[in-house]
Amino acid sequence: MYKIVERKVLVPNIIHIRVEAPEIAQKVKPGQFVILRVDEVGERFPMSLADWDRGKGIIDIAFYVLGTSTRKLASLREGDYIMNVVGPLGNPTEIEHYGNVLCACGCFGCGPTIPLVRALKEKGNKVVSVMEARSKSFLFWQDRLEEVSDELHITIGDGSYGRKWWTNDFTEEYLKAGNKVDRIFAHGCPFMMMECSKASKPFGVKTIVSLTPIMVDGTGMCGCCRVSVGGETKFACVDGPEFDGHNVDWELLINRQRTYLDEETRSLDLWERENWHKIVEYSKA
Amino acid sequence: MAEKKKVNLNRVPMPKQEPEARRKNFNEVALGYTEEQAMEEANRCLQCPKPFCKDGCPVNVDIPEFIKAIRDHDMPEAVRILKSKNSLPGICGRVCPQETQCEGKCALDKKGAPVAIGRLERYVADWERAHPEISEKQREHINPNGKKVAMVGSGPAGLTCAADLAKLGYEVTIFEAFHVAGGVLMYGIPEFRLPKDIVQGEVDYVRSLGVEIKLDHVIGKIATVDELLQNGYHAVFLAPGAGAPMFLNISGENLSDIYSANEFLTRTNLMKAYLFPEYDTPIKAGGNVAVIGGGNVAMDASRCALRLGAEEVHLIYRRSEVEMPARAEERENAKEEGVIFSLLTNPDCFVGDEQGKVKAVECYEMELGEPDESGRRRPIRKAGTEFTVPVDTVIVALGSRPNPIVPSTTEGLEVTRWGTVKADEDTGKTSKDRVWCGGDMATGAATVISAMGAGKRAAADMNAYFNG
Repeated sequence: MYKIVERKVLVPNIIHIRVEAPEIAQKVKPGQFVILRVDEVGERFPMSLADWDRGKGIIDIAFYVLGTSTRKLASLREGDYIMNVVGPLGNPTEIEHYGNVLCACGCFGCGPTIPLVRALKEKGNKVVSVMEARSKSFLFWQDRLEEVSDELHITIGDGSYGRKWWTNDFTEEYLKAGNKVDRIFAHGCPFMMMECSKASKPFGVKTIVSLTPIMVDGTGMCGCCRVSVGGETKFACVDGPEFDGHNVDWELLINRQRTYLDEETRSLDLWERENWHKIVEYSKA
Repeated sequence: MAEKKKVNLNRVPMPKQEPEARRKNFNEVALGYTEEQAMEEANRCLQCPKPFCKDGCPVNVDIPEFIKAIRDHDMPEAVRILKSKNSLPGICGRVCPQETQCEGKCALDKKGAPVAIGRLERYVADWERAHPEISEKQREHINPNGKKVAMVGSGPAGLTCAADLAKLGYEVTIFEAFHVAGGVLMYGIPEFRLPKDIVQGEVDYVRSLGVEIKLDHVIGKIATVDELLQNGYHAVFLAPGAGAPMFLNISGENLSDIYSANEFLTRTNLMKAYLFPEYDTPIKAGGNVAVIGGGNVAMDASRCALRLGAEEVHLIYRRSEVEMPARAEERENAKEEGVIFSLLTNPDCFVGDEQGKVKAVECYEMELGEPDESGRRRPIRKAGTEFTVPVDTVIVALGSRPNPIVPSTTEGLEVTRWGTVKADEDTGKTSKDRVWCGGDMATGAATVISAMGAGKRAAADMNAYFNG
């Protein structure tokens, strides 16, 4: 059992929880993820870590509320327990001195980008970060990202904050303008990472993406999370989660992510019917 | 000449759920002997002065002795004899391949009717479960010896090794990656062959010996083997099981609704997808299901698919039934329940729809040629025999390779070219000081009882090491 010591609604549908998991906090490195199971009947699902505090033995998760499992997680309060947290899983990010690094992030990918940028800075890289959100009111942690980056750019999709654009538009323009970039990292939903990879591909700048597709065990035992990279089948949980975005078969990834859409809808309908009062509760800060 | 005792060749059949009923539920298929049936079967044992059945058992259970105790109506004694060698009899009685082990060596096997040792073992284990006060009374007093040992994995090898060492006074901690203990007994073998409360009963017994089980702990990630050795553990036994599922490497294999058997069984058994949406984990198994492979796991997956509501389950296997590695009993059960065997058939590729879901398997026919290195006749493709099987779900049951997490994070641990850990067959000792290994990690995919045997031998060798 893993205790939630802090909980905050960051923006509508994105919730930050701090969880007591001292052994994981002691070991985790940027790029790694955990597998959660919220309760006795819950499914196992992966979550990237937004940050951690080794001294206090706490891990941070900032998650997007989407289906039954994340709604269950969203309805837990401070002092409540998550039944299982397994990790750290996957390989850590290869942090080297690349030179100039561009870190693009959006949605639940913004959290994991913060420790990543911090580690890249420690290796002496110059880091330019770009953060996207659908609307200005969905922006969160831009201050935290700005603090660790050399430069921060914001792209907002609906025009509520300057022009209408996304991280991939920024990436393309930034590279087109002749800025020297040695490595790009993209963290966010598969669509966002695909678009960023497409934007950087013509410029030949290696773009690392973080894939956490549907998983069960998270230790390479089931093969549920298989992805195709450069024509080869890889297991995201043990071979990844980070891969070269230019070689990822994005269509396959997105199709596989949608495997259980019908079941997920059915499960959510049932859960909402029985837990409607919690829905009102969890959106309160 | 003394009159020869008449040999009874009427093996008492195992009462089972009827195929029509059982293919729709996850309840246990084999119902277990009644007292009368157990007595009748026990009376068939010849009590050979030189019992070969014992040699056939990887953990050397005193078989004639426990059968005699049944005959004598001394069930507590039967329990004591069985448990002195085998910590998990309720499991072994259900899933051991007795026909190639104890029963294969039974004097009556030559006459075609070996004593049903496995069924009697199960009878004793189930009796014990119904009489917990007996084992409570039999519990030996354990003197702690101050030595700490870590097990990696709580499957049959880890549990057995842990139990044996705990009885000898070692302080044992098991590290398990999943959220429940039991390994393949929980995620792999289906409820209808091995009820999960039986497994948990045996796990509880191991806990009752003082063994601590740490769930959610992936060794190699949260701590390495070297860190365990540095942080107070005097020795480590590696039993993380078979890891990475094998696929066919043919086109279309990553389409949606194509599962490895590991994933399909884990969703079904461990995550209880058969109770969806009461349980959150979903599974696809409607319409036509194709299962590829011919081992016990393929049988388990086929039979699960039927119970999950498949209209038709086609088992696609490239050789003929004679070469199938699955146990005869499991093949029979599968056929009785309606699994369709498509033999001498091999998949060529998978075809998907516009959403990336599998809709067909392109297959071709095979014929058998000369025997290959496994001794089985090599299947050869028959030209011009291509045909299409429409499917909604595919399960690939081709076995697995060892999981790389532990070997890749442990300094000085030698592995074979198949990725298994090099371990002495008799002792489980690896190339690394204070590290032993057993089960599928050492041998490649094998049986529950062979993993238990390895756990037992490693426990004995570890004990000898500390007392040497």
